[in-house]
Amino acid sequence: MPETLTAPPGPRGEAAPPAPGPRRALPGWAKGAGPLLLLAVLVLAFLRFGPVGVFRKGFPPVEELTVERITLPRPGELRVSVVNSGPEPVTIAQVLVDDAAWAHSLDGGRTLGRLERRTVTIPYPWVEGEPVAVKLVTATGLTFDGEVAVATETPRASGRFVGTFALLGIYAGVIPVFLGLLWLPFLRTLERRWVDFFLSLTVGLLVFLGVDALGEALEFAGRVPGPYQGTGLVLLGVAGTPLALGALGRRGRSGAGAATPWAVATLVAAGIGLHNLGEGLLIGSAYATGEIALGTFLVVGFLIHNTTEGLGIVAPLARERPAPGRLLLLGALAGVPTVVGAWIGGFTHSPFWTTLFFAVGVGAIAQVVFVLWRMLAGREGGALLRPLNAAGLLAGLLVMYATGLLVPA
Amino acid sequence: MYVDDGPTAGVEPALSTPGLTRRELLRAGVLGGAALATAAGALALPRHAAAAGLAGVVTGGGHLGAHGSHESMMAVGELRPGGFDPAAFLGHFDGGKVSRLASGQTLREYEIVAMEREIEVAPGVFFPAWTYNGQVPGPTIRCTEGDRLRVRFANAGSHPHTIHFHGIHPAGMDGSFEIVPPGGSFLYEFDAEPFGLHLYHCHAVPLKRHLHKGLYGTFIIDPRGGRPPARELVMVMNGFDTNLDGENEVYAVNTVAHHYQKHPIPVRLGELVRLYLVNVTEFDLINSLHLHGNLFRCYRTGTDLERYEYTDTVMLCQGERAVLEFSFKYPGKYMFHAHQSEFAELGWTGVFDVREEPHA
Repeated sequence: MPETLTAPPGPRGEAAPPAPGPRRALPGWAKGAGPLLLLAVLVLAFLRFGPVGVFRKGFPPVEELTVERITLPRPGELRVSVVNSGPEPVTIAQVLVDDAAWAHSLDGGRTLGRLERRTVTIPYPWVEGEPVAVKLVTATGLTFDGEVAVATETPRASGRFVGTFALLGIYAGVIPVFLGLLWLPFLRTLERRWVDFFLSLTVGLLVFLGVDALGEALEFAGRVPGPYQGTGLVLLGVAGTPLALGALGRRGRSGAGAATPWAVATLVAAGIGLHNLGEGLLIGSAYATGEIALGTFLVVGFLIHNTTEGLGIVAPLARERPAPGRLLLLGALAGVPTVVGAWIGGFTHSPFWTTLFFAVGVGAIAQVVFVLWRMLAGREGGALLRPLNAAGLLAGLLVMYATGLLVPA
Repeated sequence: MYVDDGPTAGVEPALSTPGLTRRELLRAGVLGGAALATAAGALALPRHAAAAGLAGVVTGGGHLGAHGSHESMMAVGELRPGGFDPAAFLGHFDGGKVSRLASGQTLREYEIVAMEREIEVAPGVFFPAWTYNGQVPGPTIRCTEGDRLRVRFANAGSHPHTIHFHGIHPAGMDGSFEIVPPGGSFLYEFDAEPFGLHLYHCHAVPLKRHLHKGLYGTFIIDPRGGRPPARELVMVMNGFDTNLDGENEVYAVNTVAHHYQKHPIPVRLGELVRLYLVNVTEFDLINSLHLHGNLFRCYRTGTDLERYEYTDTVMLCQGERAVLEFSFKYPGKYMFHAHQSEFAELGWTGVFDVREEPHA
């Protein structure tokens, strides 16, 4: 082991480590473990003897609490879920509600270690329809805020609410997708170049949805507790999803053959489905947090907006003779996630998962766009930049933009 | 008249609630889930009814819980033992080291040291304060009109400080230009005049910070003939901006949020109570005191023994003060608090517990 730490057998071994060198002075795993061991020693030494102590003495402790969610389980009660998102322990000393010190209890000790969570229960007579502001005061006097914009009892996972959220999801996601599928007979009457136009239009729709979802993902990323790195989470979802989908797609395919229209349609449906999951989340959380008007606008907006998604799914199938059952499955793949999203958004609310869902949606859409692009480019004269196809792409963006006007930001 | 007999003069130990503390109760309530609201209600409502006195009886469903009761609207927990004791501070007056000058004039000597110290402004909430003698508010300095005062001031802090006394004195004793550097000292010497309720505070700049950090105290000059015997209490209205955003998270009299609400001040039925009320609240233009179930005679600045206002609410600007005198006609619990609801709800509330039997 000391040999590993001091020096490799020769300078050449260091110069080209990735090259499969013929030297066998040490087993391969030991060569890999050496730097790791050294790193561990350095980290320990830094934590133990490093210059950080100077700063610790000179500055007040860095406290960071994130209020993840405030629920109103019944009249006269607030529940605040908090996580210590900072590097130092934080002690919750007092709780202020609407600028008044208030009695409260915690489901554990008052001091939270890094990434520890607590639920603060506050017997507070909140007023239906009015905002509630909660301030947690730490032992050092720092305050961390949370707010309920419109106080209303938080829906519990009762049969009635499960049904209601399902219905909302069906309205916003399932019905419009199936409506869009009805364009298939029309597509089948078209010449190939017009089919390509509609495929390009699908690309436009998807690009718009992808950018839209990316915006949402980044917005929610800002609310993710610091150590969970909201922006990094977005990157993981956006980059990881197409990599995973791509690898899966290659496995399922025999040889290097191009994707079949059905495979493309399935991909499109899956991508749209993941995006719709995000839309469901928005709808669910809007209703759950009492923003009824917003939720209703979201449903109506998505209803119109998503009709075009069905068109996107059937565009690759214009030359196929699909069995109705398979079409239904595709519609369900794209639409039903809206219902699931509405449930998740309505009953739990975690910026972490919301961010990840949106990011995965973006990644899935990116993957679909890539496949469609190759499909168009592979065809004779069907490149996306041909005037008609470019017009289709632009039309897709415009359609989404126009119907998107119906959805409140 | 006051006596200089240590920090616990005139005040009996704070009343303690037998059995469960509220916090324990709440914790138990959480374990029991839905039991919380009913349990808290069962405790809070009858006690509130008792406080209402006479024939008033509060009835209502336990499902209301503690809602609407002042029991639920307050800072939770208790102060760390061994720190500042608001109950002791309330009745403590510092007469200094008394001797007589050759001329026959009474000489009172005080030692005041400015030092940095973390203080507890609500249970569990610590504030990095600048203090006189390690406490906020600083010691209540008390003397009689015409006394010679000698105040030895040492600055053991890391910022320049002074003591600026309100009252009449020569320019060089004003503490506004004689800034004392860290490690430095200064001797203030002047004759006490005029009689009344004054205050002292640091006059180094920035003023707002030096005051808000805690460098202030009460300065009482008694009239030569004294005032009628009474139960005397000092209340300094102050506030603390714990997160330094320019607004107070904690309001109080004598520093600790809700302390006299959780530990009512015992008062004897019919006894004359004299309240020395000083406003040093920072970041808010005015503060106020409202007394329940009673009215008080208000002597503004305390510089006049005759004229007074008979009222139940007094409003004071920053630096203003008033002597309030009252006695209770009925036994029971009576609130006093800022009539600015926000100040009251963030800690500036207390209770007088009026009993027929004499207190210690």
